[in-house]
Amino acid sequence: MKLIFELSHPGRKLTLLPPCDVPAYTLQADLRKAPPRLPEMSETGISRHYTELAKQTTGVNDGFYPLGSCTMKYNPKINDEAAALPGFTQLHPLQPEATVPGALELMLSLQGRLCAITGMDAMTLQPSAGAHGEFTGLLLIKAWHASRGDTARTKIIVPDSAHGTNPASAHMAGYDVINIKSDANGCIDLEALRAVCGPDTAGLMLTNPNTVGIFDRNILEITKIVHEAGGLCYYDGANLNAIAGIVRPGDMGFDCMHLNLHKTFSTPHGGGGPGSGPVGCKEFLRQFLPGPVVEAGPEGARFAVPSRSMGAVRSFWGNFLVLVRAYAYLLELGKEGIPEASENAVLNANYMRVKLAKRYRMAYDHTCMHEFVMTLEHEKHALGVTAMDIAKGLIDFGIHPPTMYFPLIVHEALMIEPTETESRETLDNCIDALCRLYDAAEKDGTGLRGAPYTSPIGRPDEVLAARHLVLKYDFGGGES
Amino acid sequence: MGSYIPNTRAEREAMLREAGYGSFAELYADVPSGVLLPDGPAIPSGKSELEVRKEMGRLAGRNKVYDTIFRGAGAYHHYIPAIVRNVAAKEEFITAYTPYQPEISQGVLQSIFEFQTMICELTALPVANASVYDGATATAEAIPMCVDRKRTQVLVSATVAPQVLEVVRTYCFGSGREVTVVPAKDGLTDAGALQRALTDTTACFILHQPNYFGLIEPAAALGGIAHGAGAKFVMNCNPTALALLAAPGECGADVAVGEGQPLGLPLSFGGPYVGYMAATQAMMRKLPGRIVGQTHDAAGHRAFVLTLQAREQHIRREKASSNICTNQSLCTLMAAAYLSAVGPDGLQEVASQCTAKAHYLQAELEKAGLARKYAGEFFHEFVTKGGDADRILAALDAEGILGGLPLAGDEILWCCTELCAKEDMDKAAAIVRAVQGGGR
Repeated sequence: MKLIFELSHPGRKLTLLPPCDVPAYTLQADLRKAPPRLPEMSETGISRHYTELAKQTTGVNDGFYPLGSCTMKYNPKINDEAAALPGFTQLHPLQPEATVPGALELMLSLQGRLCAITGMDAMTLQPSAGAHGEFTGLLLIKAWHASRGDTARTKIIVPDSAHGTNPASAHMAGYDVINIKSDANGCIDLEALRAVCGPDTAGLMLTNPNTVGIFDRNILEITKIVHEAGGLCYYDGANLNAIAGIVRPGDMGFDCMHLNLHKTFSTPHGGGGPGSGPVGCKEFLRQFLPGPVVEAGPEGARFAVPSRSMGAVRSFWGNFLVLVRAYAYLLELGKEGIPEASENAVLNANYMRVKLAKRYRMAYDHTCMHEFVMTLEHEKHALGVTAMDIAKGLIDFGIHPPTMYFPLIVHEALMIEPTETESRETLDNCIDALCRLYDAAEKDGTGLRGAPYTSPIGRPDEVLAARHLVLKYDFGGGES
Repeated sequence: MGSYIPNTRAEREAMLREAGYGSFAELYADVPSGVLLPDGPAIPSGKSELEVRKEMGRLAGRNKVYDTIFRGAGAYHHYIPAIVRNVAAKEEFITAYTPYQPEISQGVLQSIFEFQTMICELTALPVANASVYDGATATAEAIPMCVDRKRTQVLVSATVAPQVLEVVRTYCFGSGREVTVVPAKDGLTDAGALQRALTDTTACFILHQPNYFGLIEPAAALGGIAHGAGAKFVMNCNPTALALLAAPGECGADVAVGEGQPLGLPLSFGGPYVGYMAATQAMMRKLPGRIVGQTHDAAGHRAFVLTLQAREQHIRREKASSNICTNQSLCTLMAAAYLSAVGPDGLQEVASQCTAKAHYLQAELEKAGLARKYAGEFFHEFVTKGGDADRILAALDAEGILGGLPLAGDEILWCCTELCAKEDMDKAAAIVRAVQGGGR
């Protein structure tokens, strides 16, 4: 496929603007010497180029996407329609508050519903992604300890099964990271936790269900241990799709948390973003939230900066159009639909887990939540077939691969998360494909090592990409 | 009431049985019974799609959409070509995940590679990442790139937009870094004050171009002062202005960042936007976030992959250069489609019209009694003083015009883009004249 720069032809252009209707103005300042080499295209050319790129991109609309820990559920179209309304898209972020009552009402109502679902008392909609939410939550914890003059709390505890963003966020918030080992079930080892909790503990970061897809039944004891040591508990909402409407992080002892609206609340992933990661907290942390938040005033919803706000974590109010989509989803599902979605996400995962356990080794033989982890460690040695080979093989069945090699505590991991928006036939079809791949591996694994065969390209040479860096188009002419 | 679950009640029951469970409750046996929500969440019942559509229409209808906008201050109202909306509406792009599976993600990977190239061209720097959340976080993410054991202090010009400065402060609260604001003189960074503020512990100096007041900073000279003290030079630039102004690479910047919203993204009440980041070759491995690189597959086909992942959190964990685990892919797609639609001449035309119109409006407002606050040359924003800002803005508002942003006292920060027609500017000036005349 050609790059758009290779399609460029001098002199091609679109007619977008009328001639300037005021006198030209010539700047006296330092001007750029060389113009940017942007592509020169016709509209036909641009349209065909991006249509071709779209064909070489796989979305949830193209087929089953059982990507563990990513919650690739269907993205309802009414949400996109709502987010395209001019009354939302054409609002300047700094236009007077009195001219945006609908936007503020939406944000206030969204905050309220998210609080009700999570058991939190206050919510900021500003963070733009899960990792951004983690960072915000850790700054809340930091601001709280600092407000009490407790400067000795320099450590954040993170289980070894955690997503890499957890320790990275803790580091960005200025904390030392204490990694603790998981027990045989992939859950928190209570003794290991007790051993590291103390006067230097700022807090614990945890997902529950955890990254192997199991609900940690000791959760109340875990949060109690941390609280007794004077630390706070942060809930990573990455896996909320298993328990929304069933049990609330706030009732499990968590003090603050983020949600991933692009997972649990059905907003599209956009090929990597934009997402949205609102952060909720208990009452005692409200005063430190990033500002402004939306609150109820005598004349309706209004912006307000919390009294001891940590400051903004991004410009303006958040990824507003993502919030609009999530709000439409919450309106549609409501009180009954939210727990129903969670239950069916868990049912679909267990249905696949039980059926696949007849051929594949499960990393943990236990009821899972919305996802489960298989291990190909044995097959790697016995058959010479890896988790990567099976995953890539699925592509030839029109199925997006599951998450591979995560969490790090499971060797040759394949993590499958079907979500609730997939039908039984879709699940059966994937189970069948995985079993056929297993059969093929048992017969002769060499074929699988070359998979996929039906995709636009074969497996790319990633080592070459990292060693011989080509990070932009080379226009020729020998420049750097 | 609403649901996106395909399986019928009967199918669910059958699946439960086949999986060996008697009920949904059994699936949640690990949850301590005391914390289960017996009646679901305390939110209203669900609605049909028609009801949702009506409610969303009601909420959108309560907001005021202006015909004419003379307000910028970090969010700019530009013309968005039809092809940009069309490209961004393709469902493959909307509903895809991060392109971790390159075999079936070449489209999104190539679009990011093209975006990176365009950012390199705009900034005249050799390497760019796949974007971050917005221009403010891009600025904050540039700081750790510049910090080392000895150099930890961050200098920020007082002419940087307040929302950018605030985010820099928040991020530095996390990392425990000191932020010092370099004062302004006549709306521009005070070069003497910059010289005095620099020490052998200064990591970087952050400049906004054009600055918050719309003025064009002598970037190369200020960067030279920072470099003279061994500090890195970070420029936050409006990408539209880069069609005309000396590019960061030409001004000696080590890192260029900025808000990509002017490149085809709607105002959207502040988001989603997109932050771009570019750097010198020497800083390449310190760039945070995703980066797409070119390689080939076994058959020799050109292929694109996420690369340099050894910097990233999923491998490096607490030693990663940032926690960022996302880019604003769909927004980079819009920016790249926009830059392809306008092309090099078109971007220059947009920038030239912005400048011409801003200078026309400034002259008309001056005739109407609003003097310029600062004498320096400006791009497409300027500050006026004199007159009652509240009354002026209210009078404009009554005519469907969003006036400039009120700053302190009688100051107003105005902005013009190519969308501001002469007749609208004349009308605004007449309204201002009437208010000024009537108020004295």
